[in-house]
Amino acid sequence: MAEKPESGRENTDLRQVDAAMTASEVEAWFVREVLPLEAMLMQYLRRNWRDAGEIEDLRQEIYIRVCEAARKSIPAPAKSFVFVTARNLIIDRLRKVHVIPIEVMADLDALGVALDQPGPERNAIARDELRRLQAALDQLPPRSREAILLGRIDGLTGREIARRMGIAETTVSEHLANGMQALTNMLLRDPDPRDGERK
Amino acid sequence: MNARANEIDSRAAWWLQRREFWERSPEDEAAFESWMNESEAHRIAYWRQSAMWSRTERLAALGPSAPEMEPAPSRVLPWMLRIAAVIGVIAAIGAGAANLSVRPQDRVYSTPVGGHETIGFADGTRIELNTDTIVRARMTTDQRLVWLEKGEAYFQVKHDPAHPFVVMMGDHRVTDLGTEFLIDRGAKKVEVALIEGRAWFDRTGSKTASQTALLTPGDDVVATAQSMSVAKKPVAELAAELSWRHGLLVFRGTTLGQAAAQFNRYNRQKIVVADAKAAALKIDGTFPTDGVEVFTDAVHNVFGLRVQSRGADVVISTAQ
Repeated sequence: MAEKPESGRENTDLRQVDAAMTASEVEAWFVREVLPLEAMLMQYLRRNWRDAGEIEDLRQEIYIRVCEAARKSIPAPAKSFVFVTARNLIIDRLRKVHVIPIEVMADLDALGVALDQPGPERNAIARDELRRLQAALDQLPPRSREAILLGRIDGLTGREIARRMGIAETTVSEHLANGMQALTNMLLRDPDPRDGERK
Repeated sequence: MNARANEIDSRAAWWLQRREFWERSPEDEAAFESWMNESEAHRIAYWRQSAMWSRTERLAALGPSAPEMEPAPSRVLPWMLRIAAVIGVIAAIGAGAANLSVRPQDRVYSTPVGGHETIGFADGTRIELNTDTIVRARMTTDQRLVWLEKGEAYFQVKHDPAHPFVVMMGDHRVTDLGTEFLIDRGAKKVEVALIEGRAWFDRTGSKTASQTALLTPGDDVVATAQSMSVAKKPVAELAAELSWRHGLLVFRGTTLGQAAAQFNRYNRQKIVVADAKAAALKIDGTFPTDGVEVFTDAVHNVFGLRVQSRGADVVISTAQ
């Protein structure tokens, strides 16, 4: 844990005394501040990392680094902290393969501008989310979608879903887990289908 | 390190569904806790999945009119309850209380406007009736014959090669070869969508090849007295057509005029779209089939359309 790339912004000792955050505080911060950045983070990683097969791992590593830092004290603002962490991780990785990372820096600056734009008003967010959820549901494989709808809307248990769909309980588990995983990725990453229309 | 993140994400999703949908023993919870404590990566993956999953819950309950506040339980409950209560046969017109599977007599099942019923037969076959539908069934030990007199029904057929399951719609006929399919019978045309398995579509008395087709999943047949066409439909579109099974109407790029027509199939209170400009507006969304008010609120809020009552009906028009 010692050699953090972001160690240049060390916290003062003042804070260290009572600074240990509980897991649930870190979780709440992570869900509130970090997850909404995922679409942008993935875009950033895709633009700056050639091997698409490694991007999920990079994302995971970034989340681990920011959450470990957050345990000592919650970084603010989250957004610059996440992207500085991302950039540093990429630089670390690139150094290992002897590539000079100039574009990475430039890109982060460009991204910073977009990040500072004010969010849309709440009502629009709720509607966008609904559209996004609908779009995400539509993209699920039919059996996963059916299992998820039976569970979410009809409120059936796993066992009841198995009976209703006439399939094994372990298969229901797979459909549900695959559906949940796909929904998570789509909700965090897919662009808003109506983006162009918002004023 | 390749693909490790994906594996952890899958595992996190698996734990999440395990805890959400299944009975949990103390052993399960202990196993979950120890998995969570194994690494920061596990914890974060789980937080991430569970945060998005709880978002889907709020959205499912929120309904499409998108108010800012948390939905009041009373608003959500009625149609949730209705969905949970649809199983069962309502109307069994016809003779006596005979056992369906042995007596050679027809029985009639019907749903009123807004109705939705599932009929389970002794052979394992299930027929789900959508709104305003009449089905006549002759299920005997040596014959499985159903007439869709009008409306729409979803068939999950227990395949039995010795006793093919046959659905008649006028003189159009579907013969199952191990199947799930959807049939919509309008006044002039018949539409059959095949979801799973295979089925044979033809017309009794028809000798021409153009009136017969072997259907595979995704095939959608539209037939009139004169013509027949078969098209492949994308899975998402078929799923939307079947959403009534969950008491839902799903619209994607649907015009307001078409959406109103869909609602009118399910409700006595009719939606009238007064002008062409309003009727051409396109909407996306998921609504309970009886959610006329939710729908009209949404079009009022989203498009700024005028919504007025006229007698028992509701009129949508472009605001001046």
